[in-house]
Amino acid sequence: MGELWDGFLKALELIYTFDPEVMQIAGRSLSIGLTSIVIGSVICIPLAGLIHFNQFWGKRFLVSLIQTFYSIPTVVVGLFVFVMLSNVGPLGGLGLLFSPAAIVVGQVLLITPILLGLVISAFRGVDQTILDTARSMGASGWQVAVLVIKEARFGVMAAVIMGFGRAISEVGISLMVGGNIRGVTRVITTAISLESSKGDIELALALGMILIFISLVVNIIMNRIQQK
Amino acid sequence: MTVPLIELRDIYKTREGRDILKRISLRVSRGEVLALIGPTGAGKTTLLRIINLLDRPDGGELLFNGTDTASSDKFRLESRRRMAFVLQKPVVFNSSVYDNIACGLKWRGIDRHQITTRVNDMLEMVGMTDYCKRNARTLSGGEMQRIAVARAVATNPELLLLDEPTANLDPVSAIKIEETLTGIIRQNAVTVIMATHDMAQGQRLAERIGVLADGELVQTGTPGEIFTRPGNRDIAEFVGMENLLEGVIASCEGEMALIDVNGTMIEAVTDCNVGEEVSVGIRPENVTIALSRLSSSARNCLPGTITWAVSSGPLCRVEIDCGFPLVALVTKRSAEEMGLEKGIKVYATFKAVSLHVIRRR
Repeated sequence: MGELWDGFLKALELIYTFDPEVMQIAGRSLSIGLTSIVIGSVICIPLAGLIHFNQFWGKRFLVSLIQTFYSIPTVVVGLFVFVMLSNVGPLGGLGLLFSPAAIVVGQVLLITPILLGLVISAFRGVDQTILDTARSMGASGWQVAVLVIKEARFGVMAAVIMGFGRAISEVGISLMVGGNIRGVTRVITTAISLESSKGDIELALALGMILIFISLVVNIIMNRIQQK
Repeated sequence: MTVPLIELRDIYKTREGRDILKRISLRVSRGEVLALIGPTGAGKTTLLRIINLLDRPDGGELLFNGTDTASSDKFRLESRRRMAFVLQKPVVFNSSVYDNIACGLKWRGIDRHQITTRVNDMLEMVGMTDYCKRNARTLSGGEMQRIAVARAVATNPELLLLDEPTANLDPVSAIKIEETLTGIIRQNAVTVIMATHDMAQGQRLAERIGVLADGELVQTGTPGEIFTRPGNRDIAEFVGMENLLEGVIASCEGEMALIDVNGTMIEAVTDCNVGEEVSVGIRPENVTIALSRLSSSARNCLPGTITWAVSSGPLCRVEIDCGFPLVALVTKRSAEEMGLEKGIKVYATFKAVSLHVIRRR
């Protein structure tokens, strides 16, 4: 218990004093996580619409497959991205390995199934009569799509919050394709992992609390947007 | 001849191997108010959805203002933007009442000031100005339907489609909606096609009625025609001809015929021939009850026994056994004064011209 308490006090101190290194790490975690969720959303929300509103062979299987990948281990995604981006991999020429961009690529891949699956579920919740009414009122295809996203906004926002949570809290991808390079790709989760293996439990705990704090703030902001 | 606003040519639609609409042809002129009546499952909603270009028919042509709507998706969207459709189930979007009514205008790219004016006019029309900022989902069913009507009318449609707009509502809300619709029809000179299973509503609102039964448009005519001269037994039943008797023409003299109903002879005016099987429709309000045989101009006066008498409001429904069951509608006061009750022997009188004779196929 003593360590937890000390960790808590230290976390407060680190936050209160705006410890430069901690702030840098936290800022990086936040910006990488947000970049991932923005890119993921831009890809997945329209894609979920395409899947939901079109009838095609194997649709049910595709949705099951997407749902299966909800729980894909981060290290598996990390490994895949590592292989793709390594010098011998097909995308090795891009020179992205051990950069924040590589982490973003990995996180987008990680959260894609969750975003797709949950957004499809959210769209399913929009009654067919809503679509019919919109069309009968003279909405074009695009206008109907925008309306559906608006109607499903609670579900869509829940998906985005879930996706962001998964992205900012993962460690496998950041470690494997980011490399935990101080000042470049060190994020909160990789720092916690490093500090605890070094024995600096207090700093690790402090970083953990900051991570939870960031999640809290982001969720509060997103909830505000949702309620509008 | 002017081009009809909507023209259906042999429209048919099948679903899972079943014919939902069977070659329906119909012309609706500009400014006309047409009611499609028919029992649930007759295909009314399917027909309205096809007219609104939400669904495509499996065959036939649909012309909007003289142009085939199958020509292009662009034309279908343009045509749809000249119509509005109020669905049976009240549907509102999960946004404010204002945004709900404004949506159709926004989708048409109308400028903001005009939208505000128009939405406020609509709110006033349906008597919901105070609800402007409320989320439409928090309203009652009747209020939601008023919003749906306001939203539909806001776009100034040339054709307004209504699918049983009062079917799911409580009586008070239903009356409000109907009043609103009556106002719209009178003021805007809009063309209306409405589906209803409420014959009386069809009569109140429409100037022409189309009877849809089992996917077929079996009869069209003025409310008066449909009501007094239904084309077949099913329509007769649907429009409230409670007394439908099966009989055979026993003899004819000019247009006067003697019909054998279960051994009892009834006189009626018809052009049917001897030996033809017919259904005879008698409206309950056309049957007079007397305690003794009256001498009057009425050609039919049948003795019988009351089997059932029940009051509803100012009226009393009396069932008489005259060799066949016959329902009569009298005022409650008459029933009380005459002491009409079960077991009483009476004479049921009705005129030959008040009978409606339908050939049985």
